[in-house]
Amino acid sequence: MRFACTMVAAALSIAAALPLLATEIPQEQRRSGYSFMGPDTKAMQDDDTANPGMLWVLDGEKLWDSRTGAAGKSCADCHGDARSSMKGVAARYPVFDQTLGRPVNLEGRINLCRARHQQATPLAYESRELLALTAFVAEQSRGVAITAGHDPQLEPFVAKGRALFMQRQGQLNLACANCHDDNWDKHLAGSPITQAHPTGYPIYRLEWQSLGSLERRLRSCITGIRAQAYDYGAPELIELELYLMSRARGMPIETPAVRP
Amino acid sequence: MVSALINVPKKAKRGEIIEIKTLMSHIMETGYRRTATGELVPRDIITSFSCRYNGAEVFRADLFPAIAANPFITFFAVATESGKFDFEWIGDQGFAETASASIIVE
Repeated sequence: MRFACTMVAAALSIAAALPLLATEIPQEQRRSGYSFMGPDTKAMQDDDTANPGMLWVLDGEKLWDSRTGAAGKSCADCHGDARSSMKGVAARYPVFDQTLGRPVNLEGRINLCRARHQQATPLAYESRELLALTAFVAEQSRGVAITAGHDPQLEPFVAKGRALFMQRQGQLNLACANCHDDNWDKHLAGSPITQAHPTGYPIYRLEWQSLGSLERRLRSCITGIRAQAYDYGAPELIELELYLMSRARGMPIETPAVRP
Repeated sequence: MVSALINVPKKAKRGEIIEIKTLMSHIMETGYRRTATGELVPRDIITSFSCRYNGAEVFRADLFPAIAANPFITFFAVATESGKFDFEWIGDQGFAETASASIIVE
C-alpha cells in the first residue's frame, strides 16, 4: 500500500515536471467552442433574432452598400451581392498576399481593399465599422468548412504560428498548447478550457458585451499568461490565426458565434 | 449606426399567446466607469422601452445602469387582431429609436 502511494506520488510529480506534451488533438476529437457552452448561450447563438452578433452583421450589410473614400466606390460596386461573392471567403482566410509577401486576415483584407480600391483610410482595429464589415463578410460563409492554410506559400507562416502556439511565454510560463492541446477536457476556474478553434470570429463575447476579433481574443489570452501581448496587426498574431485556422480545417464557420 | 432585431410571428390564431423578442443595439454605459485618466464616463443607457399593439400600449419597461449592453427584451402578448406592433426605445443623450412589425391574425 505504502509502495503504491509512493508510486502515485512519483507519477504525479513526474507529470507536474513534464515539459510540454504537445500532443495535437486527433481529428475525430475536435470540438467547436460551441459544444462546451451551456444551453442558454447555445440558444442565444442559434436564434438570429437573439444573437447580438447579428446587430453587427446588419450594420455590415449597410456598410457593404455605402460608397466611401476618394474613389467613391462601395464594396458592392466591385463584389456585387455578398451572398454569392463572399460565400466561403472567411473559410479560407488568412490568405497569402502577393504584394505584401505575407498572409493577411479578413480585417487586413478589408483595410487593403479600402486603401487599394476605395482610396479610403483604414478602419481602426476593433472599431464598430471594421467588426461589422468583417462579421457581415464572414457570416456569408456560415456552415462552410474551413480550408485555410492550403496554399504552399503559406507553409513557413503556418510553421511560425505553430511554433508560437507551442512556445512557453510570460510570467506563468505557459504555451497555448499547454491548455488548448493538453488540457482542453478540463476546467480553469470553473470554465471549460476548450480547444481554441476559431470557427466563429468575430464573436460576441458576453464578457466583452460586444463583438470582438480573434486578435482581441488572442491578446487577452496572452495577457492572461502574463506575457506582453503583440500589437493589433502584428505578424505574430496573423501567424497564430493562420495556424489556428489550419488546425481547425474541415470545421464549419459559425460567425457570428456567441461565447461566454 | 443603430440596428434592431425584432421577432414577431407573421401569423397567429385569434386568442393565441405569442412571444415577441426584441434586441436593440446600445452600449449601455453605466456612468460609474472611469477612463484611464480618472474622468467619469458619462452615463449613456436606454431608459425606457415600450410596445404598442395597434396603438394601445401592451408592454413597457424601464431600464437601469445594471442592464447589459444590447438589451434583449422578450415578452408575451395575446393575438387579438391583425395589425402592427410599434416598438420604441428612449434613452440618454437624445437616444430615440423605433421599429415595427406586422402580424396577421386568423
